[in-house]
Parts: sequence; C-alpha cells; structure tokens
Amino acid sequence: MPYSADLDIRLTDSSLRDGSHAKQHQFTVEHVRSIVAALDDAGVPVIEVTHGDGLGGSSFNYGFSHTPEQELIKAAVDTAERARIAFLMLPGLGVRDDIRQAADNGAAVCRIATHCTEADIAVQHFGLARELGLETVGFLMMSHSQPPEELARQARIMADAGCQCVYVVDSAGALVLEETSDRISALVAELGADAQVGFHGHENLGLGVANSVLAVRAGAHQIDGSTRRFGAGAGNTPVEGFVAVAEKLGIRTGVDPLKIIDAAEDVVRPVMDGECLLDRLSLTMGYAGVYSSFLKHADRQATKYGVSGAEILLEAGRRELVGGQEDQLIEIAVALAEKASAQSASAGK
Amino acid sequence: MTKATAAIVGSGNIGTDLMYKLLRSEAIEPRWMIGVDARSPGLKRAAEEGLSASAEGVDPLLDQEERPDLVFEATSAAVHKQNAPRYAELGIQAVDLTPAALGPAVVPAVNLGERLEAPNVSLITCGGQATIPMVHAVSRVTEVAYAEIVASVASPSAGPGTRANIDEFTLTTSRGIETLGGARRGKAIIILNPAEPPMLMRDTVFCAIPADADRAAIAESIHEVVADVAAYVPGYRLRTEPQFDEPTAVSGGLARVAVFLEVEGAGDFLPPYSGNLDIMTAAATRVGEGFAQRIVSQRAAS
Repeated sequence: MPYSADLDIRLTDSSLRDGSHAKQHQFTVEHVRSIVAALDDAGVPVIEVTHGDGLGGSSFNYGFSHTPEQELIKAAVDTAERARIAFLMLPGLGVRDDIRQAADNGAAVCRIATHCTEADIAVQHFGLARELGLETVGFLMMSHSQPPEELARQARIMADAGCQCVYVVDSAGALVLEETSDRISALVAELGADAQVGFHGHENLGLGVANSVLAVRAGAHQIDGSTRRFGAGAGNTPVEGFVAVAEKLGIRTGVDPLKIIDAAEDVVRPVMDGECLLDRLSLTMGYAGVYSSFLKHADRQATKYGVSGAEILLEAGRRELVGGQEDQLIEIAVALAEKASAQSASAGK
Repeated sequence: MTKATAAIVGSGNIGTDLMYKLLRSEAIEPRWMIGVDARSPGLKRAAEEGLSASAEGVDPLLDQEERPDLVFEATSAAVHKQNAPRYAELGIQAVDLTPAALGPAVVPAVNLGERLEAPNVSLITCGGQATIPMVHAVSRVTEVAYAEIVASVASPSAGPGTRANIDEFTLTTSRGIETLGGARRGKAIIILNPAEPPMLMRDTVFCAIPADADRAAIAESIHEVVADVAAYVPGYRLRTEPQFDEPTAVSGGLARVAVFLEVEGAGDFLPPYSGNLDIMTAAATRVGEGFAQRIVSQRAAS
C-alpha cells in the first residue's frame, strides 16, 4: 500500500537538523532560507529544522547554536510554500514548552527521539504533540543495538502514546542490509494499521541508500535523508541519490531528481563547511556502532588532549554510550591522555 | 531518649533502602514503615527489622497517640501533596524524597544548616543532589553565569514515575542549579543508558566562568565539596581532575570548568549501580539526622 495516492513513500530532509552537527550548530537564518527554498522547489515534502540534538540542544554538552533554533524554525515556515516543517526533540533534554513554542512558530511535524530501549520517557510528549494537532513521528535511536523484537515492543509503546510513524533510526550507521529490513518488518508486523514505519539511515558503512531501499521493500512508508549527505558522521542517506535510485525502481517520492541534484550542488554544498566523508573516524563509528553525532566532539577532544579520535570512539563503543552522552567523550580523552603520559614516563625510566 | 523517632512512608525500593540506612543512624530510630499493599516486600523487611509495619496508609500513624518526630516521604509527588499538610499540622518535620517540591530545596553539603527548622524540605532530584554541590563549589569562588549538568543513569534504576514525568526532572533540577547552586542560569539533561551490566551513575557539571577566574582556587573548592558530599555519600567521587577550557565560538564565548563525577551506591538494598537512588536516601538520612539532633537537643533543654 502506498503512502498516499501520489506517493509510495514520503521523504523527510534532515540537512537543517542532522546537518547542524556537521555545521557545529552555526546555521543562520540565511542558510535556512536558501536550503528550504531549494528543497521545497524540488518537491521535498518535509524539511526538518532544529539544533542537531533537538529542541533545547544549544548547550555546552552539544554546542551552542549560532541562531536560536526557534528563529530558524520560523524562517523555514515563512520560506516553505509546500513543504511541512518538522522539528526534533529528545525527552530528558527538551521539554514540553519547547514543543509548544515550535508549534506556535508554525512547525507541523513533531519528531520525538529516545534511545531505542527507552520509549516510555516520551509518552507525555507524544500526548502533548497530538493535543496541539501536530503530526507525530517517533525515533528509536541506535536501532542496531537491539534485536527486531525489542524494537517492535518499543515501537508499540510509542504508537500507543500517540505516535503516528515509528522510525528505525540507524544513528550509528551500523545496520547492514537485512539487519535493516528485518527490523522494519518487525515494526510493520507489530504496528499494522496503528502507525506507519520509517527508516533514518547514515552513511558510516556506505549503505544509506541501499538500506533505505530495503526498508521500503520491507514496508517502510517514510524515509529520511539529507541532501548532499549533510549530517552527522559520514552523513545521512543522500536525498538526491535516493530519489534517483527510487525513480529507477519505480518508487514514487514526489521529488524532482534533476532539481534535487542541482540543489545539492548549488545550494546545500556552499553552506557546508566540508563534505561529509567516509573517512577513518566516521567508518570507525559505523564499524564500532557509535552514535554519529559523536564525530565532531571526538575530533575536538582528540585535538585538545593529543590522543587518537578513533580510540575515543572505540572506547565510547565499548562503554555502550548512547546518544546524548557527549560529556563522556571528554572524560575518555582525559583518561587516554593520562594513560599515554604514564606509559611514556615508565618508558623513560 | 537520645534518638528522634521516624516513620518511612512508602515501602517501595527507596523506602526500603532508606530504612537500612536509618537503622545504622545514631540520631534516628526508624520505628514505622507505612505502605498501602500488605504484600509489599518492603513491609515484610521492615517487620523483620522490628519496625511497626502497616499497609493502612498514613491515617492510623497520624491518629495514634505516639507519633513520629520525623517522617520520610518516599511515595509519589501526588501522595505527598495530600499528606504534607497533615504532617505540618501535627508538627512532624517532613523530608520529601518525591518530586513534589513543596518545601524549600535542601542539599546537605550546601544549605542544610539554614533549613533545620523547616517543617518540610524537598530533596529536589537525584541529579540535583549529585551536581548542585559542584555548582556551589564553583560559584563560591567566582561568578557562574550559566551551569549545565548531564546526569547519566542506568535504565533499570529509573522507575516508572521518573519515566512518565521526565520533564519534572529537568525543570526541578535546573531550578535547583540556580537557587541553590548559585548559577545565574541553569540547565539539566538526563540520559538513561541500558548498557549491561548497568553503568554506575555518572554526572558531568559544566560551569561558565570568567576567562580570568582563579582556576587553582576553583579546583581546590571542588575537591573540598566532593569530600563534604562523600562524608554522607561514600560512593561519591571525581572521575578525573576538573578540566578547564578557554572560550571558543562553540562554547558561546565563555570559559568553562567541567567536573566529572561518579556515584556508586552503598548497596544497602538497591544495587550499587543505582547511585542515583542511593544519593537520595543518603541525603535524606543526612537531612533527617540534622533535624533529629535539633529535636533531641530541644527536648533535652525543655
């Protein structure tokens, strides 16, 4: 069954939310206006705009925003002619008043993310979002870390709380092909007609588009990507790449391939500080199953303490850190530096 | 009589852990454990320890001739809101472990001395008990324009009440960082981590400080207050030395100090990883002892 009469699946572009990580949260109103206008013109139906860590994310722990996110949301709403504007929020960081403010600013889709075993902390937020008349999406982050049955159980908690579409979110870019479709299938079987299923992919193992296609074949109705991969880690599923592949496979996305290819090159790329690359650190994240947003933080601590960024990320994987624990990367870097200086001291004796 | 008598209202995990701590106290005699379910394992344990255990709620406790000097409320915010006026009317001092936040906030290492006569005090949140002392340690040395805390707790140590009301944690803790910690603006973040075996509670405290603040004095103050807290929460410790950062664009132009803490529970009843719960029962015990000493000395004087 298609998403609607015209679309087989609905795309959400996250370059102005997940891309905030790559941009170290320095988006301006001008960046938002130019990207929203281009994506809207290409036919992208939903555009997400928020601090990378969701509402209230501007902080020491995650990085302070250049421009308050509510101003960015307002600018996006003003600019979009067709697209719906979405925002992300993480319970434990953002609060209900943040959701109210985003709704007041004209956002239409409320996306609520929890670690994939902790869906029950979002119940009060889904309730409020529905009360406010917002469309709701639930994010089960770090979905690679749990088997399909557990994800399905957590998806049920979100759906019962008022979530209309539950996403399998591959925050670490660690899912490999059937690992994606098995999880999507489990959610589809659990939720039936109660809620849709979506997939949010990352490129840390180079599988964003392939995983998304398998997700669609397993019954997903919503797919996330970021134009030009503008996102955390090696970046997100490239929207323009997915749109091109979808057209060849006869999957209707409603997005004009040539226009989105131009938008990626001419509008999004100039806003990016650099391309999102499958380099040593981001590949390490996919390989070790580490939250993609840790990339820039690990990089910064590695530079400050003179230790290996890859080792910081591997230790984060060993400690099973979840999204939001960026503070622990500092402590890991300090410990690595202390270990190194103890070793060099004993070598000097 | 050299001890003040106490009732624990709420026979769940927190109430039970608190009971074992109070049984060791030299200032408090826990005499009653009040629940609402006769099958509660906490009531059974209380009876085994020689407490008067009742599943009849607080009515019989408050109606009887001999009433407690102190009550520890370990029920829920809603129940405490019902019970608190009745304790106050009878002159029973209440230590509130729920998020009801009716009375003034107390962190023993920061302001217990100022609140010994309060009829009802609130213990804020577990994250607040762990981190506000550090904000206080910095703000007594230099101006703190903004403080932010990140509390990471093991998933199994976060009960249904916390999960259903997670906004209360962030909002109540943020307020405590300002009013008690002394930061001009506060922000609190809580993360639940399901790793197995469960992780010990970890807390990180970031304080914005002037670029020219006396860093040695700040570090020394932090070590002092860690020792103050560890005196009543033995598993409270620094993971590493305080870390200082120069102002950057990403930090909002502020210099900062970061404090990394770990809280290991005493394992009285709750498992050691749930330092977030242990710090609440340990702080409640310390507050109760402060109240008890005052009550006993007044009694001796009269």
